[in-house]
Amino acid sequence: MAKKILKVKAKASGDRTKVKMMAKHIMESGQRKDKKTGELIPAKFLQELKVEHGGKVVFEASLGTAVSKNPYIAFNFAGGAKGDELVLTWKENTGASATETVKVK
Amino acid sequence: GLLPATGFAAKKQTADIYEVPNFGNVRLLHITDCHAQLNPVYFREPSVNLGIGSAYGQAPHLVGDKLLNHFGLTPNSLEAHAFTYLKFNEAAQKYGKVGGFAHIKTLVNRLREGYGSENTLLLDGGDTWQGSGTSYKTRGMDMVKATNELGVDIMTGHWEFTYHQEEILKNIKAFNGEFLAHNVMITEDALFDGADEYIFDEDSGRVFKPYTMREMGGARIAIVGQAFPRTKIANPARFIPDWSFDIFDRELQELVDQIRTEEKPDAVIVISHNGMDVDLAMASRVNGIDVILGGHTHDGVPQPTIVKNDGGQTLVCNVGSNGKFVGVMDLDVRGGKVHGYKYSLMPVFSELLPADPAMTQLITDIRAPYSDWLNEELAIADEVMFRRGNFNGSFDQVICDALRNQLDAQVSLSPGFRWGTTVLEGQVVKMEHVLDQTCLTYPETYVRPMKGSELKLILEDVADNIFNPEPYLQSGGDMVRVGGFDYVCDPSKSVGSRISEMTLDNGEKIDMNKDYKVAGWATVGARSEGPDIWDVVADDLRDKKVARVDKLNTPLLKNVAGNPGIAGYPRT
Amino acid sequence: AAMAAWAESAFKADKQDAAMNALLGSTDTAESAEVTLKAPDIAENGAVVPVTVRTKMANVESISIFVENNPNPLVAEFKIPAGTEADVSTRLRMGKTSKVTAVVKADGKLYSAAKEVKVTIGGCGG
Ligand SMILES: [Mn+2]
Ligand SMILES: [Mn+2]
Repeated sequence: MAKKILKVKAKASGDRTKVKMMAKHIMESGQRKDKKTGELIPAKFLQELKVEHGGKVVFEASLGTAVSKNPYIAFNFAGGAKGDELVLTWKENTGASATETVKVK
Repeated sequence: GLLPATGFAAKKQTADIYEVPNFGNVRLLHITDCHAQLNPVYFREPSVNLGIGSAYGQAPHLVGDKLLNHFGLTPNSLEAHAFTYLKFNEAAQKYGKVGGFAHIKTLVNRLREGYGSENTLLLDGGDTWQGSGTSYKTRGMDMVKATNELGVDIMTGHWEFTYHQEEILKNIKAFNGEFLAHNVMITEDALFDGADEYIFDEDSGRVFKPYTMREMGGARIAIVGQAFPRTKIANPARFIPDWSFDIFDRELQELVDQIRTEEKPDAVIVISHNGMDVDLAMASRVNGIDVILGGHTHDGVPQPTIVKNDGGQTLVCNVGSNGKFVGVMDLDVRGGKVHGYKYSLMPVFSELLPADPAMTQLITDIRAPYSDWLNEELAIADEVMFRRGNFNGSFDQVICDALRNQLDAQVSLSPGFRWGTTVLEGQVVKMEHVLDQTCLTYPETYVRPMKGSELKLILEDVADNIFNPEPYLQSGGDMVRVGGFDYVCDPSKSVGSRISEMTLDNGEKIDMNKDYKVAGWATVGARSEGPDIWDVVADDLRDKKVARVDKLNTPLLKNVAGNPGIAGYPRT
Repeated sequence: AAMAAWAESAFKADKQDAAMNALLGSTDTAESAEVTLKAPDIAENGAVVPVTVRTKMANVESISIFVENNPNPLVAEFKIPAGTEADVSTRLRMGKTSKVTAVVKADGKLYSAAKEVKVTIGGCGG
């Protein structure tokens, strides 16, 4: 089980849930050179991120290397209540992936 | 200084320039950009303050006679001296120094008591905690104490944000008034790291309180704070990693609408550090603001500019710098509306206003630990030493020359700040004057090779920050000062095309592909490694014993002929 | 549910038109006042430029963001399922001053809003 990389603030208000999430990730573009060796640093970035609530996909993102380090995304969806679980799945260009869960506040 | 005392104080003016009839029911007193000048100073207004695009010939882009004519001021008068550079050396000797917190205090007391203190507010537009040796040494706390003694009710900021964010919060806590800024937001990173514990409001993301309500003269007055929106671009972002700034005029419109609906104010005032051009643009785009009391661009503008907009009109003021002026805005406010105003921008002539004893004592106490440092005599001024203007002032040239001499560089660069006091011809240049020009919290110098193309890029980018016809794309300040080379500048062109013919002092054209050894200071990106700029300049002055300009590296200007924002310029 | 395939040819395209074609099948977008693109006039930090795209249009399928002068103009694509508001914020990298374009796909059609964001060296000040 990989270390969790997502920090999430999910807040139910009225009939909607507001989600702010940040992934701790370098988002290495593959276009930077190592200052010491002069070699290109290989790309390592988040490519995909999916959020599910109650078995339904509520948000899906495809990311490129121009997304800033520690990617931040905010969105909101209909429904959701305090205590509900959100299931977040991410995938890196390296093939690494993981699923993390978080509770709505 | 060693200058003889003037006869001005003894003679006095026949008319008391501080005697204004009261008007309306609310008096707003406005100071801004004092840059920590606790004692009286000389300050020369600019002879170059070009307006480009729609700003052409409009306040504040008027200098000298053009400014006098526009505002109907009498030539060779006290006011002409206060508002223009004309015959500066002579007039400054006649009228004496300006500003000084002990003198401002006396004037503010008089303006409050004469109107009814309970119906007055004192607003400070910021750039208060930086600009002197004592503010540097005390991390701005000297000015917190001085503004507390002065009785500042409300302030916003810019150079206040050049201390570390924890120090800023500590200073704000020690400040007796309210610190307002609707346009400083917490970064997402900081929010996830627990910043929600100290910020004003997590939902909006606002770090500081955006506005306050005051009841006075039977009216409800809303005051909104607008901090300098380009702080993290113009100054080091590394000191304030968790905060983010912008103009945020959409958010301001929402806030003003919300205040109008919920608070039922009789007037909405913005205390702003946008700079006057941005304030004028903002006034035309945001409705429902009655008055913008502005700062940052250090423009001493005798009367407000009236900006028409969909909500009616907005008055835009700017009140100079270095403690030289106090703006007095009297408003007739009734039934949710401003019915009239009377405005006066009062120059603070130190010899006409006795020093307030308590403030004098506080200033003495603040300065005592540093007096040997501040009072060291370095050189004699061979001519008027000043900075303010779009291009190199004489003091800038002294700084640029010192960088080249002391750090053995071909070329030097120095920022175009608008603060920095003036030294008269024949006056002794003390360490304090050098600090007035250089004292900031990132004073380290650098020497490094730069390609000609890199130098050009810097000049182009800075020129665009001043001359872009869209005010929201400007960031205030003046053109970067240069030493060791000249260039041609056409402010009317667009970014990338304003600068040409960069030529070294020896006549050699600067090659875009060649490396040059460049010295400079005040890097905003990362901390530089060299000695502090004031020590570099002081060393050079100690060596030379005379502060003088052998060659002024000021650009040849194109397409500025007839512009009312330039006068007496040597190279057009 | 399995993830949709990452649109490699779109993300790797080095011209905005090519990226748009690869991602959305067309460059024919209608500029629309109903698409709000919020981005700064001047970036505080080109490495972290906050951008928000929102619209009240019905049946929004996706929102995508492009930076014309980046080496790879496509920044991100967000799928908007029914029930999720077309209101997304993120932060992007820009090497230099560039036009930023948001494209909203709604009812099979493409709508856009664009804004120039200035990246400057900074320094100086009043
Ligand atoms: Mn300022
Ligand atoms: Mn200032």
